[in-house]
Amino acid sequence: MAYSFPEEVLEHVFSFLSSDRDRNAVSLVCKSWYDIERWCRRRIFVGNCYAVSPEIVIRRFPELRAVEMKGKPHFADFNLVPEGWGAYAYPWIAAMAEAYPFLEEIKLKRMVVTDESLELISKSYKNFKVLVLTSCEGFTTDGLASIAANCRHLRELDLRESEVEDLSGHWLSHFPDSCTSLVSLNMSCLGSEVSFSALERLVARSPNLRTLRLNRAVPLERLANLIRRAPQLVELGTGAYSAEIRSDTFSNLADAFSACKQLKTLSGFWDVVPSYLPAMYSVCSGITSLNLSYAAIPSSDLVKLINQCQNLQRLWVLDYIEDSGLDALAASCKGLQELRVFPSDPFGAEPNVPLTEQGLVSVSEGCPKLESVLYFCRQMSNAALIAIAKNRPNFIRFRLCIIDPQAPDYLTLEPLDTGFGAIVENCKELRRLSMTGLLTDRVFKYIGSHAKKLEMLSVAFAGDSDLGLHHVLSGCDSLRKLEIRDCPFGDKALLANAAKLETMRSLWMSSCFVSFGACKLLAQKMPRLNVEVIDERGPPESRPEGCSVERVYVYRTVDSRQRLDRPDFVWTLDEDSSLRYS
Amino acid sequence: MPADLNLRLGLPGSDQTDVDAAKSNKRASPEKAEDTASNGVPAAKSADDHETAPAPKAQIVGWPPVKSYRKSTAAAVKKAEAESGMYVKVSMDGAPYLRKIDIKLYNGYSHLLTALEDMFKLSIEREGYKGSEYAPAYEDKDGDLMLVGDVPWEMFMSSCKRLRIMRGADARGLGCAQ
Repeated sequence: MAYSFPEEVLEHVFSFLSSDRDRNAVSLVCKSWYDIERWCRRRIFVGNCYAVSPEIVIRRFPELRAVEMKGKPHFADFNLVPEGWGAYAYPWIAAMAEAYPFLEEIKLKRMVVTDESLELISKSYKNFKVLVLTSCEGFTTDGLASIAANCRHLRELDLRESEVEDLSGHWLSHFPDSCTSLVSLNMSCLGSEVSFSALERLVARSPNLRTLRLNRAVPLERLANLIRRAPQLVELGTGAYSAEIRSDTFSNLADAFSACKQLKTLSGFWDVVPSYLPAMYSVCSGITSLNLSYAAIPSSDLVKLINQCQNLQRLWVLDYIEDSGLDALAASCKGLQELRVFPSDPFGAEPNVPLTEQGLVSVSEGCPKLESVLYFCRQMSNAALIAIAKNRPNFIRFRLCIIDPQAPDYLTLEPLDTGFGAIVENCKELRRLSMTGLLTDRVFKYIGSHAKKLEMLSVAFAGDSDLGLHHVLSGCDSLRKLEIRDCPFGDKALLANAAKLETMRSLWMSSCFVSFGACKLLAQKMPRLNVEVIDERGPPESRPEGCSVERVYVYRTVDSRQRLDRPDFVWTLDEDSSLRYS
Repeated sequence: MPADLNLRLGLPGSDQTDVDAAKSNKRASPEKAEDTASNGVPAAKSADDHETAPAPKAQIVGWPPVKSYRKSTAAAVKKAEAESGMYVKVSMDGAPYLRKIDIKLYNGYSHLLTALEDMFKLSIEREGYKGSEYAPAYEDKDGDLMLVGDVPWEMFMSSCKRLRIMRGADARGLGCAQ
């Protein structure tokens, strides 16, 4: 090649490319670009840990500094994936410990991480900086102690929403006095009390600390001292927000807050005593993100707080806010982009608060920038959904959960097909949709016709026949993740759209009508898909071929070997359709 | 859909009605997924079953889709409310200062009224308005003044924000207590 650039020049050019998509495109241009790119790629994102093996990754990208990975399918959050299914981090950690001595960042979501893995991380990477474990499990506070003690340059330790076996709060005291590099600490999911003096000293010697999310065990009386030592905080998660009402505690707290000029995000707020909320008012005008989803605060107090936060962009709140509170939100917070309303009493059959579809209609009307919604309520109507769709064609994420999963339009008793149809028709940029309520095949027809940018769809207790599933698989051009539970979808649609499944990350179907025979056929037809039958009733062959499997999880993979870490209730099927099980 | 992929759900010979029944089976009671005959065909429902109300949804696994740490928060909130007591102010017409009581401590209206009588050293109307004694009233969530005793005790506990013991003459028009 007469005119090829020297490698160094190309590498330099590629260094400006941060998105995976761009880098993947670059690597397809020609063999030499592929080679140059793979040597200079520093960050990867693996959306499904079983889509590829550690060996393949290490072989292709020898110089990684940051790895981000996801394990279990989303429905694992709701206990639909049996314990022991997989997503173990250890094989990855062990392989990377050998291959990447300069690794700096590990971010895992929905994976099983052991203390052994954490210890290995803490001892293998001299320059380790960032550990983010989202919705992970399998480790104890002993593992955290290893990280704290050994990672000399640790910047981020974020355990958001992980299930940690909390042996004691002593782990925090393992941060050596020489550790001054912390930028972010999120321990909100932990139960035990840590040593408050150790925590205060840690905060005091971390001048770069931007994010501090405390756990519930840190009492309100301690909060002022902590934030006084970190007035540069941008994100704060309080501990329990309750104390005996005393004016000195209040003024101490208010003073401390007023020094935090950079605060943008607030969360925590367990056990709130509303009288202490005004202590935060001085920072409210700068707050853009507020997570009150653990706080049982009466609507009137919520409204007073929200009225102070004129620049709010994101609000997570319990349904104690009521329709009236959402009206106030719509009036005050014109910059609102994301709203999540969680149920205070998810298992109660009757409404415990006056929160209905009306609240969502108000917010959709009043907040022109609203693009992302997660809303739990107990009644919905087509009229409301149509109004919401017309008000807010800019929705990107729309997740609606009606507590009764097959609730019809409460006004007309019809299915909610036309309502959700209006959503997908008007919201042309919709990327994520979750639906509930009485829904027929018709809603799937609308989705297949209109939801061309939809990437993730969650369906429960909906549809009449395979046609529903077929509409989605054949029509949704951008679909990457489809998760379905308790729908009468089965073999026909699955097999007719087998090729589509290779263009997606994964498909989850539980309590549907997929037969074992169809799973075998699918695996035969599509060798680059892993078809996992997850069934706790014993070998699928012991039942007739027409019998429905409990769950099937289909995902594309470049790792041609079968999963070696399968538990005995996972049956994978390979090309010659012979059953493999442990 | 291509015709060659005409897979069937049931055994050869089973007809479409079984599949239809299975669909309505699925919709009516999702938690009965195990309710299949031994040959794997979802049990055909009799006409009666189509007409019965759907089974209560409370037992569905993983529903509503709330992450486990949120469930325990909601439960903890309820528990905290349960443990923290429900203190409401009690005013008596003509008295210089108010009192506070924890409604949770009482197991019913007569228990509450007896306690109030003891606290204020007076006697309270129980049955019917006679116009001479005190009548118990309360302020509910909407701010309305209501006569004590009309609604079930549990509902009263959750809606009562404040108690007011009214002089008989002022209580005219509130009607009869149960």
